[in-house]
Amino acid sequence: MKAYRRIEMSVGVFVLLGIMAIGWLALKVGQVGGLGESGYTLVASFNDAGGMRSGGDIMMAGVTIGRIDSVTLTNNEQATMVLRINEGVKITEDSFASVRTKGIIGDRYVRITQGSEDTFLTSGQEIEETESAINIEDLISKYIFSGKD
Amino acid sequence: MNHSSVKQSFLALFFGRLGRYALHGVEQVGDASMLGLRALSLLFVRPWQGKHFILQLYALGVGSMVIIIITGAFTGMVLALQGYYTLAKFGSESLLGAGVGLSIIRELGPVLGAFMIIGRAGSSITAEIGIMRVTEQTDALEMMAINPMQRILLPRIVATVIAVPLLVSIFDIVGIASGYVVGVELLGVNQGAYMAELIAKITMVDIYGGWIKAIVFGFMIGMICTFMGYRSEPTTEGVAKSTTEAVVVSSVGVLIIDYIITSFFL
Repeated sequence: MKAYRRIEMSVGVFVLLGIMAIGWLALKVGQVGGLGESGYTLVASFNDAGGMRSGGDIMMAGVTIGRIDSVTLTNNEQATMVLRINEGVKITEDSFASVRTKGIIGDRYVRITQGSEDTFLTSGQEIEETESAINIEDLISKYIFSGKD
Repeated sequence: MNHSSVKQSFLALFFGRLGRYALHGVEQVGDASMLGLRALSLLFVRPWQGKHFILQLYALGVGSMVIIIITGAFTGMVLALQGYYTLAKFGSESLLGAGVGLSIIRELGPVLGAFMIIGRAGSSITAEIGIMRVTEQTDALEMMAINPMQRILLPRIVATVIAVPLLVSIFDIVGIASGYVVGVELLGVNQGAYMAELIAKITMVDIYGGWIKAIVFGFMIGMICTFMGYRSEPTTEGVAKSTTEAVVVSSVGVLIIDYIITSFFL
């Protein structure tokens, strides 16, 4: 019986360790964070999302302030993104969103630049001024063909 | 015998044999699934097998922990080393954390973990049950009105289903931590970048994918290893053969199912 107690105890330690590992993976690495989603959402339409995907970063002044919820095609021509902005970050109505690249081959992210107005966007509103992803191939071809004439 | 009939009989032999192997394979898969599901259907039937389940969890889970930690540690270390020298060529060492984390959580954790568990625990399940058959212990149980499926198969299958995801999660964390030690402490990758990139690049979908793999592998390992033991020929060679077969079939099965699950998640 005493041996069985020891077995039970070591199984308990094993299960606890395993559940701690699962919890750490979910909370720290996966960032399930408080189950429900926090923050508020804004919408922005781009002519070219440049391969941006949900889960991508949203940055302001080089600081991550949210993540992209979804990227969908609207009216068969524009990319509409739902941006989830962290609680407490206020974005002015005349702010400006652009798709940028970290480094040369890095990830795409959405950069938001504040405008000058005093009124702030609330959940569900749209950032109207946007700039599409800069496509290096387009730039290069523009440069090559402009040199020809 | 003329020429064409020789050819015909050769073809007949070839296709006959191929067909027999294929049918045998399908039959085995069906048999194993039926046996596993029959055992599982006894999960909520009295008498409860709690004590046997704990004993199996001890043998499979606690017993496999050391080997899982060692494998996880060296996998993480070698990934960090290999990843570092590849990434350094592009000047993106900061992505090391993401590379190590993603490959361990999505692929190597579940697959290598499952391999270790098959070698360490799966083979012992088959051998144990096989020898129980040889020594007629299962018949003795039946004589005492104890259902051997419920007493022997069920706790082992349930224990693998529960132990494999736990062991794989431990493997993941040990791997990431040892990758950190090699990457940051030995090779001098930026210490903030390792964890930050890892957390930024790995989404919950990746982690769920790893767990789903682990649960499916656990179920498959439990089912195949108990089936091989239960159906092994009651001779010394029979047990040896079915133990080998259990290890081979479950390892190959892990690889095949791994590909299928991965293709669903991407």
